Amino acid sequence: MLQGHQSWVFKNRPVIIGSAAIGGPFEAQGNLAADFDLLHDDLWLGQDSYEKAEKKLLEQACETAIKKAGVKKEDINFFMSGDLINQIISSSFTARTLGIPYVGIYGACSSSMEGLAIASLMVDSRFAKLALAGTSSHNAAAEKQYRYPTEYGAQKPPTCQWTVTGAGAGVVSQQGEGPKVTSATIGRVVDLGISDPFNMGSAMAPAAVDTIEAHFRDLNVSAADYDFIATGDLGRVGHIIARDLLKKHGIDIPEEKLTDCGMLIYKDTQPVFAGGSGCACAATTTYGHFLNRMRKGELKKILVVATGALLSPMSYQQKETIPCVAHAVSIEM
Amino acid sequence: MSSKKRKKLTPTQQEYQDFAHAREPQRPLLKNCLRAFLVGGFICTIGQGLMWFFMTYFNFDEKTAGNPTVAVLVFTSILFTSLGFYDHIAQWAGAGTAVPVTGFANTIASAALEHKSEGYVLGVGGNMFKLAGPVIVYGVFSAFVVAIVKVIIEMLGGL
Repeated sequence: MLQGHQSWVFKNRPVIIGSAAIGGPFEAQGNLAADFDLLHDDLWLGQDSYEKAEKKLLEQACETAIKKAGVKKEDINFFMSGDLINQIISSSFTARTLGIPYVGIYGACSSSMEGLAIASLMVDSRFAKLALAGTSSHNAAAEKQYRYPTEYGAQKPPTCQWTVTGAGAGVVSQQGEGPKVTSATIGRVVDLGISDPFNMGSAMAPAAVDTIEAHFRDLNVSAADYDFIATGDLGRVGHIIARDLLKKHGIDIPEEKLTDCGMLIYKDTQPVFAGGSGCACAATTTYGHFLNRMRKGELKKILVVATGALLSPMSYQQKETIPCVAHAVSIEM
Repeated sequence: MSSKKRKKLTPTQQEYQDFAHAREPQRPLLKNCLRAFLVGGFICTIGQGLMWFFMTYFNFDEKTAGNPTVAVLVFTSILFTSLGFYDHIAQWAGAGTAVPVTGFANTIASAALEHKSEGYVLGVGGNMFKLAGPVIVYGVFSAFVVAIVKVIIEMLGGL
């Protein structure tokens, strides 16, 4: 049901009955390694291209999530997925493998929560019995498309981020045991004039702030209602900007309640500059780490605000600034 | 950011630029310059050493020794790129590895490696000069302009 201007409240409380997170070699060395269902030590995953490797990651995430949910692939009504590769081929090719009716989405790195919000909407409104939401990203495939060849020796600035190699997926059901999706806020596209593709944190921070503000306003809630609010992939730079921007807008979120998936996923000793990014950043952290903690009873209610930078390599070369979006999903145990 | 680029932004955007800029870590310019100087200098010293080697032990003079020297440096750069650690050195050294001929070899080798998955013709062939192309285009063009200037000066009686 619509509440306020841009938020959905899911009265029937759709349940995430199964979720999975798959990661690559860099994630295996990270902070959240224990929360991944499968970690690969090879960036290629035995495939002959990075794009095929990414597709494999997403396939594995979807198959593991379905298996953990204890349902059959044929019982799932719809599959929502998006990724960063041109024409979202990782998602579409995975949909070809799965054979589940497919809705391709694109919200860059916000695709994880965009997918989960739409899947929950379908299930809550009884337009689906079971819906699958997934997303993936691959460090080398993303670098290849958005920046330079992976072996090219360009010096990166301290504001840049490290794209997560991985995939996350979750099965949303009308009934069952597990964390429940209770509401979602769809974000506006915000562009505050940042044009440097090596500074995504600064570009995306205002979008995250705008969506958090809208969520609080629409649902008449505050930070006190949540165990924490996790942004998707702002990294250390964007996190500080978002924190100060929220303060400036008069929204009080205690320091320990505002976190960021891009800061959680890697260890401080890993050379990831400002932190993690990519669709899989918010996806693996949510579908792996956060949901595991909820199932263990450590968390009661969280808000995940996945942020996405909606640029293309062409728009950047044509000197366009970077429009950004953020989607928030509230999950309760 | 240049003032021209800034003019296109709305006042809110301009305010945010300042807000964000104050919270972003800056590139460590002095450290980067120092590292570039050291590594760049080191590569050039190796080059000088190679040149001396070819002149002393082989039949090369100062003019012709340049070719084998460059060949050795290019080969080493491509080898390091293929083994996957040139980019790590470059992250530390910055312009130090980008400016000498090793950087140019790296742009070509890295692009060729990256696009091998799209085949040898459209992938490797079509993308090999993606990064090196601009250097060649503007390098040749500037050489052409300088040559014209030289010819004109000579026609006018020279310096």
